[in-house]
Amino acid sequence: MKRMMLLGDEAIAQGALDAGLSGAYAYPGTPSTEITEYVQRSPEAKARGVYAQWSANEKTAMETALGMSYAGKRAIACMKHVGLNVAADGFINSAITGANGGLIVVAADDPSMHSSQNEQDSRFYGKFAMVPTIEPGNQQEAYDAMHYGFDLSEKYGTPVLVRITTRLAHSRSAVTTREPRMQNDLRLPENKRQFVLLPAIARKNYQSLLGKQEAFEKESSESAFNRLIDGPDRSTGIVAAGLAFNYLMEIFPDGCPHPVLKVGQYPLPRVLVKRLFDACPRIIVLEEGAPFVEEMLRGVLDGYKDIHGRMDGLLPRAGELNPNIVGQALGKEIRRGESITDVVVSRPPELCKGCPHIDTFEALNEALRGYEEGRVFSDIGCYTLGALPPFNAINSCVDMGASITMAIGAAEAGLVPSIAVIGDSTFTHSGITGLLDAVNAAVPITVVILDNDTTAMTGGQPSPGSGKLTDICLGVGVPSEHIIVIEPLKKNHAANVEVMKREIQHPGVSVIIPRRECIQTAADSRKEAKKS
Amino acid sequence: MKRDIILAGVGGQGILTIATVIGYAAVERGLFLKQSEVHGMSQRGGEVQSHLRISDTEVFSDLVPEGGADLIIGVEPMESLRYYSYLKPGEGWLITNKKPFVNIPNYPDFETLWNRISSLPRAILIDGDTIAREHANARAVNIVVLGAASDHVGLPVEDLRNAIRVIFARKGDAVVEANLRAFDAGRAFAGSWGKVPATA
Ligand SMILES: Cc1ncc(C[n+]2csc(CCOP(=O)(O)OP(=O)(O)O)c2C)c(N)n1
Ligand code: SF4
Repeated sequence: MKRMMLLGDEAIAQGALDAGLSGAYAYPGTPSTEITEYVQRSPEAKARGVYAQWSANEKTAMETALGMSYAGKRAIACMKHVGLNVAADGFINSAITGANGGLIVVAADDPSMHSSQNEQDSRFYGKFAMVPTIEPGNQQEAYDAMHYGFDLSEKYGTPVLVRITTRLAHSRSAVTTREPRMQNDLRLPENKRQFVLLPAIARKNYQSLLGKQEAFEKESSESAFNRLIDGPDRSTGIVAAGLAFNYLMEIFPDGCPHPVLKVGQYPLPRVLVKRLFDACPRIIVLEEGAPFVEEMLRGVLDGYKDIHGRMDGLLPRAGELNPNIVGQALGKEIRRGESITDVVVSRPPELCKGCPHIDTFEALNEALRGYEEGRVFSDIGCYTLGALPPFNAINSCVDMGASITMAIGAAEAGLVPSIAVIGDSTFTHSGITGLLDAVNAAVPITVVILDNDTTAMTGGQPSPGSGKLTDICLGVGVPSEHIIVIEPLKKNHAANVEVMKREIQHPGVSVIIPRRECIQTAADSRKEAKKS
Repeated sequence: MKRDIILAGVGGQGILTIATVIGYAAVERGLFLKQSEVHGMSQRGGEVQSHLRISDTEVFSDLVPEGGADLIIGVEPMESLRYYSYLKPGEGWLITNKKPFVNIPNYPDFETLWNRISSLPRAILIDGDTIAREHANARAVNIVVLGAASDHVGLPVEDLRNAIRVIFARKGDAVVEANLRAFDAGRAFAGSWGKVPATA
């Protein structure tokens, strides 16, 4: 037993390690990245031979973890919330195959969209897949959730979803650890057809999953993550899920006067909800993310119970909670300080000075001068900042890989030329298949793959396609004379503009690869080199 | 004992190091602690903040409630003001470095900004860059500012010094000594604040 100061993400990693983890599979994504980075840094993980290399995307991570579970060992797949969209096929179907070794999928949600395209709530995925879902409320619970989650996973042969949110992922607090457990031995599933989801087998497996639902709910009602806490003032009862419970405790330092159902595990434990409903005529639901619990409690007809929360405007419908929002909802007087606005302006994120993307955007903007604006489809990464002034260089950012495929659709609609601008890591995440579509459709698009040799946006993880991009494009069928590597530097500006102009006019698929290392990772590796 | 502190700056200015030093000292004292960090998108030259909460009773929320902070420590003057509404009205202190980090076209006029800060009821504006260069090295600005704030952190000063020794130990004795000098120079400046004309 040790006391450690850990981020929520690190508590998950340490918890998994101490619970006998054999492999952590992930693609980076805020706020989940530090889970895998912690395992990668951990000397214990190294000593025990725990696998923790980055996967090409969340789907490959999910499936690799499932493979390790098939072989009887404990594995986690970690991703940001939108990553679970990418991994959803594997995730939903893993509920049908079931797990063999303990399998936990960690989804890190980002309410308020601090660094994301949306604020989707992963608890819906848990319900969708019909698997137990744990929502730890603090760092200690995050640690404990991994022990408990693996045990639950193995007890029922089911994957388990752990859902965290930004403020837990990136907040540090003390965690008491347990004695580490040994890793599982290699042990294949008894039924060698369990993972063969042919319709006849899948139907049986699905029945078995349906049959487990009652037990899952019973586990929820007995779980330490769910707790009904009585209070003297029963005029209102409170349901507080995940982090919301902390904010509630914050505003009532001497204890909440109302009965509280603290929710940290799903399916929602109906016996506990019923007890709260029986005791209290009025219910307030506090939850971080979507009104997931609230909608269930209201039911389709709503109005049978006096319920308040995000859906009736007692709390904002969107965005993360904080102590003041919760305090206000509960009628507490809030003493905000004075805001100073006259000498404070916003400081939006920007590309680093000297970033290779800057030179690429400047060349691209010039190459496109003369064409009507609005034809550059882009993607997700540092380069998305090219949408902002002074560049105003790109016109879309939707989901990883969508630049190439959207350019195909737009070109086929008649927007010629169409340009796709995609980062190297995003390209190997989800761009290669789109490029294959483009080649097969012989569509006139120009794909610019920004090769800065790293996954920069999330902190400079290695890029899975490092050194292989040209070969990948060739392999997909782009003719070699239309795969052109340029060096995005000021001094090459004129030449780069020429290359771009020429390829943009080419009536088929062409690929331009501006190749220059991210100056941040370059500086980091110089520092490393100096140290050693 | 309970202190809620907001740390403010721009990506790369070392506010997390300040958090680590205070955090270490607090944990050594056996206090409860929560410290939220900003990771991701906002680190590309954008605004960065960290919430640091220390208390002798359990800390629940990872976030300091707006209007609940005892102290804002800024490594950049405009950034320190961005979170002014987090200070406890009538009680909280704002202690910030003076040198603006200008990476936006519409950065406010320096003098206006500095005057705004100096005229606040409980604020210290410190030229951490000059003091760091004089007493230690240019990188120690964050520790100078921590020194200036050290009387408001709620921990014994010697605990903070000790935390600096531990946190910087792996960088060698010279770095430890430089940071201790930076810390003490910051403290000395804060001690003289208000007693000498505030033109530093
Ligand atoms: C499905 C999904 N997974 C992960 C992320 C998080 N994410 C955003 S950008 C990015 C990396 C982009 O790397 P790259 O394409 O190489 O561009 P760079 O940042 O290096 O310019 C990641 C991992 C996301 N937004 N969506
Ligand atoms: S981190 Fe790298 S890729 Fe991102 S903006 Fe900075 S230099 Fe460019």
